[in-house]
Order: sequence, then structure tokens, then C-alpha cells
Amino acid sequence: MSEHKLNLKLMIWKQSGPDVKGKFQEYKVSVSPDSSFLEILDDLNDSLERSNKEPVTFESDCREGICGTCGLVINGLPHGPLSRIATCQLHMRHFKDGDTVYVEPFRANTFPVIKDLMVDRSALDRIMHAGGFISINTGGVPDANEIPIPKEISSFAFDAAACIGCGACVAACKNSSAMLFVSAKVSQFALLPQGQPERYQRVEKMIKVMDEEGFGACSNTYACEAECPKGISVKNIARLNREYIKAKVKSHNLD
Amino acid sequence: MSWFFRSLDSSIGKKILMALTGLFLILFLMIHLAGNLALFKNDGGLAFNNYSSTLRSLPVIPILEIGLGLGFLLHIIQGVRLWWLNRSARSEKYKINTPSKGSSIFSRTMVYTGSITFIFLVIHLRSYWYTVITEGHEVDLFNLVKTSFQDPVYSGFYIVAMALLGFHLNHGFQSAFQTFGWNHVKYFPFIQKAGTLYAILMAVGFASMPVYFLLGGQ
Repeated sequence: MSEHKLNLKLMIWKQSGPDVKGKFQEYKVSVSPDSSFLEILDDLNDSLERSNKEPVTFESDCREGICGTCGLVINGLPHGPLSRIATCQLHMRHFKDGDTVYVEPFRANTFPVIKDLMVDRSALDRIMHAGGFISINTGGVPDANEIPIPKEISSFAFDAAACIGCGACVAACKNSSAMLFVSAKVSQFALLPQGQPERYQRVEKMIKVMDEEGFGACSNTYACEAECPKGISVKNIARLNREYIKAKVKSHNLD
Repeated sequence: MSWFFRSLDSSIGKKILMALTGLFLILFLMIHLAGNLALFKNDGGLAFNNYSSTLRSLPVIPILEIGLGLGFLLHIIQGVRLWWLNRSARSEKYKINTPSKGSSIFSRTMVYTGSITFIFLVIHLRSYWYTVITEGHEVDLFNLVKTSFQDPVYSGFYIVAMALLGFHLNHGFQSAFQTFGWNHVKYFPFIQKAGTLYAILMAVGFASMPVYFLLGGQ
């Protein structure tokens, strides 16, 4: 364990509710380079509570980069300056003594702030409800590997399924577009035999809800791919576009 | 609205319309550049004036002009609409805007390079197209081009606008193919390189005309 401490100035977004104006509040902290980013917020909250001050509200759950709950914009980048990690996997050794660190919530009108750094991402859930599933009717348990799937295809599907739904793509996008998220969810089913029966209605319904929720359109800047903690490829967005065009040409849906 | 127009008005549909009109304009630029290379024939403008009067006399040209005008109009209106809709998806902006490593400056500035190209287009049409339309076939277009490009301010604006058009095309070319879903491990790297090459050719090609007359070309 290293002995030296980093002295940081944290500028943290404080907002008491969804419809209230927020502002940055300054906190001076002295932290160990071995701490994770969420641990320094824990420590800060601990000291705030001890002196009867209001703690900073932020979300986290698994703290090992697989649940997608934590999500902070640190110095302008979702999940901080490193690529392919969630906020909980960011450690203070990547900061320098004397740094000023701005911490903001994921900003998008579709992600209203609940309090401080905590945002409501249920718009992504509503897109999932529209079609991000496969229907399995009852019956006997199918044998594993009963349907042959080429290794390459199953790998593409798995890469898409690695999306943890954290919303960093929306936060990173200059248009607050959810295209990378939706493309991962559409792709993982479109590629596999189990996803075929609902393939075209799925993409039509998910895009419809995505648009209704008020996410922006895709400008192909590819910022989402770079900021995604799971490295979801923008090739999935191309696939989503293909799926959507095919669905619109083929489906009998006149909506 | 029928399903067709509703689909075109979805977020993906809007992008497809941008990509289709964009590719149409990309094609137009190539033809426009190829024809205008006649400016460089050192014959006092005979080749260029012949080319332009031949174009004028073709009955298909006014029809193509309407199509081209519609292409520009759709691309511009849809672009401004998308910019506005995308912008309003985030009312509270970030305090710190660090550009992502993954996104190019070209992709993030499309609305600006596009707007300057639009201003250029208005000036460009006023200088040449409008003069030809109002004054008819007798206009010595070559002389008009030559004298206007001998003005360093006018030429300077042209050169800057062409550089920014190059930025716009560099992103637009590959972006159109991504929108169509043609992102494939084998072909997409080629499409991206072809787009950059195309953008450089167009920017250098069109900018070479004011440069030629600035340097005393006859």
C-alpha cells in the first residue's frame, strides 16, 4: 500500500430533484491512489454524514463492472478517462495530485436526474419491454445444442449480449442517442435462431419506443463505441439499420 | 401519413434520407468537377464556354436542375431538423465536454461545415447560375469566373469553403454507408479510405480553380 495521498478538488453536481436547478459543489478530499472512484465517494459521504451534512447521492451495485448501475461522467467522459471499464473499476492512481475532477450525472432528457448524480434510466427498460426478449412457450426442456449455431455467429451474438445497459452510450453521444444500446439488444436476438420468430416486429417496436422516449438520432460519430465499458461495436448499429430497413420492407405492419 | 412516410420520419428513416440525398449530391459533385476542369484548357475560355452553353441547350438539364435543387433542399432541411431534434435531446449540457477518443472532429462538426457549405452555395449560385439564368446564353461565363477569382477575398472564401466541404464529405461518405447498414469487416475500411480520398479530390479539385486564376491563369 502506498503511503502518499492525492489531494483532489472534486466538483460534484448537486441537484435536489428532477425539476430543480442543480449546481456544482466543491469538495476537497485527500485520497489513497489505491482507492476506487466509488470508494472515495463513500469516504466523502461518510465524513459528510459524520458532520451532519447531506451526502452525495450516487448509484452503484455490484462494483465489479457487470451490473451497469454506476455511471458517472468524470471530467466529461462517461465512466471516466479509461476505456472499457465502468466507473466502479476506475482507480485513483489514474489521477494526479492537485487535479480538479468534475463529476456530473449522465445527461440526457430521457435520463432525468433523480438526485445529484443518480438518474432515472427506465426509458431503456421501456425499450426492452417493447421487444427486447424472446417468447418461449411451455413444453419440454429442449436439449442443449439441439439447434446448430455457427461459432462465429454465436460469438457475434455474445459480444452484443455483453451490453450491461448502463446508458454510457446515451451519455457519450452528442445527440443523446440510444442506438448502440438498442442495436446490441436487437443484434443478440437477430443473430440467433431463437430470435427469428419475433425478429422483424422486435426491431420495429423497439425503434418506435426509442423515438417516442425522445432519444436523438445517430450521427455516426462512434463516440458510443469508445465510451462503452463493454466495447460494443458500432457494427451492431449498422446491423440495426439493416434489420429496420428489412423489417419496414417485409412486415405487414402498416403503422 | 402512410407507413412509408412514417418510417422515413423515424430516427433511422431520417438518417436514411440524409444518406440517400447525400450520396446523390456526392455523385453530382463528381460530375460538376469533371465538367469544370475545362476551365484549365488554355484557350481563352473557348472549351469552358462551349461546355456551359452545350449544357444549357440540353432540354434535360432544367429537369435535372429541379431534381438537384430538391436533393439539396431535402438534405439541408432534414439536416437542420436532425440537428435541432438531436440538440434538444439534452437540455442541460455538460460543463466539461471532452471529445471522445472514438469520434472524429469531422463527425462532430457536420452542422457547422454543412452551414458554411450552404452559405457558399447561395453565394456561388448568385455569382454564376443566377447570372446565366437572367442574362441568357450570351454571358461569357469563363470571363465571369476568371474576373471573380482574381479577387483574393472572393477566392479566399472559396478555398476555405472547399476545405470545409472536404471535412463534410470525409464524414458524410462513410456515414451514409453505415446508415445503410453496410458496415462489413472486409469492405468498410475500404469505404472509409475511399471517402477520405474522394473528399480530398473534391476539395483540392474545386479549390484549384480559384488558385489557378489567383496565380494568373488565363
